[in-house]
Amino acid sequence: MTTKLRGKSAIVGTGHAGFGEAHGLTAYDVMAQSALAALGDAGLKLSDVDGLFCTMMEDSMPALMAAEYLGIQPRFIDGTMTGGSSFVNYLTSATMALEAGLCDVALIVYGSNQRTASGRLVTASRPPAYEAPYNPRYPISAYAMAAARHMHEFGTTREQLADVAVAARAWAQHNPEAFERGPLSRADVLGARMVGDPLTVRDCCLVTDGGGAIVMVRADRARDFPKAPVYVLGSAAESSHRQISQMKDFTVTAARESGARAFAAAGVSPSDIQAVELYDAFTINTILFLEDLGFCAKGEGGAFVEGGRIAPGGVLPVNTNGGGLSCVHPGMYGIFTVIEAARQIRGDAPGIQLRDVDLALAHGNGGVLSSQVTAILGSQNTL
Amino acid sequence: MPDATGPDQIFQRALTNGEIMLPRCDDCGAYHFFPRVLCPHCHGTAISWHPASGKGRVHTTTVVRQKPERGGDYNVCVVELEEGVRMMSRVEGIAPGDIVIDMAVTAFVGGAEGQPAVLFKPAEV
Ligand SMILES: [Zn+2]
Repeated sequence: MTTKLRGKSAIVGTGHAGFGEAHGLTAYDVMAQSALAALGDAGLKLSDVDGLFCTMMEDSMPALMAAEYLGIQPRFIDGTMTGGSSFVNYLTSATMALEAGLCDVALIVYGSNQRTASGRLVTASRPPAYEAPYNPRYPISAYAMAAARHMHEFGTTREQLADVAVAARAWAQHNPEAFERGPLSRADVLGARMVGDPLTVRDCCLVTDGGGAIVMVRADRARDFPKAPVYVLGSAAESSHRQISQMKDFTVTAARESGARAFAAAGVSPSDIQAVELYDAFTINTILFLEDLGFCAKGEGGAFVEGGRIAPGGVLPVNTNGGGLSCVHPGMYGIFTVIEAARQIRGDAPGIQLRDVDLALAHGNGGVLSSQVTAILGSQNTL
Repeated sequence: MPDATGPDQIFQRALTNGEIMLPRCDDCGAYHFFPRVLCPHCHGTAISWHPASGKGRVHTTTVVRQKPERGGDYNVCVVELEEGVRMMSRVEGIAPGDIVIDMAVTAFVGGAEGQPAVLFKPAEV
């Protein structure tokens, strides 16, 4: 059952900036450089942008700050903040706004300087009132408790979690844009400093600077740009909670619902997907999302990722840029799942380019497994 | 001090008096936590307060690793109470690494970050 939005919008430009360390730059500087890169990729100018889709870790009105910085006066703005999933969520609102004629050129953009500014994950949100007294370390404690529960219920092992990080590094080693490209073994992950049992520091995403941007237009003019268009075939969201203590089942995320509806909207199934780009803030994320999105059964995610099965040359290409674990993680990673999925389809992936990718999946996660957003992207062949 | 009127005030005031009170919906009979002005299960607004039994089980748990000079490792967990609600807390009186999922625990009012808070200790067998 596809929706009437299937294939109505297309990504015609992607860009990024400040990967790794963006010395001397503010988060908004990195945001603006990313916007310029994506617009350059699309052969467009900032003055062409009339729809802005943005949130940042700074300020309470980041989209307004971004528009002001860029010197644009957008006629449509979406600054919905659902954490790192926001940027996948914007694919839906941008498609709706474009299709309704509320804007003609949609710019989705993000930037962060969290590594050089503070050296740790920056969060704009205060700890929830009923959790704060116990000093959980956000977001690690939340994901650690999800991992502990998965291990308890399904026998998932620390070795299997480690293999997610090892696979991500193996992809990153081929990607010159990735921040961490050194060798990484299962023993390295297991032997690294424990930060929140059962997760070591190598089970956790990087802390880097970086920004990303995406330019979208209506499908009817998508072929008038320099790069091959990448169509949004389906996108769907579901949110289940805000505080980790309120998560009903620590082993099942709302990706089950967002994924099912995104697949239905696109009219495809998991076995059709050639590249899977998941928000891997922690190694447990990849396992949870592979299960919930239907790539394997619930509880079998550990076995599914074991021994290089999602690494280069494995059974399913997952996080082909190296992911948030090894490529880039500037506070919120969601936009990079979309950028890598689009580049795999266009054929200009920065690392390993898979052959003849027509269908790719991007999945964003926000909060503490709270907000789940899934998008299915496709080439011209999939329309 | 004026009487506590809001749900958060009622909960916090009880803690200050050494009591753990839980909100329960008069319409559907289900408990909920955190306190709020409506029942998240049936959306009814008739809420009454009942003393917690204090019996619970560790639903999931982690150890926050921290250098000794900064206070050392400590536990963060989510406990499911007999009443069916869950809350974040920590288990005291046992090494943080020895706390396991499904462990039976008993609630008490202790202090966290300088304010009264619900804490747990291993249940006596
Ligand atoms: Zn009720």
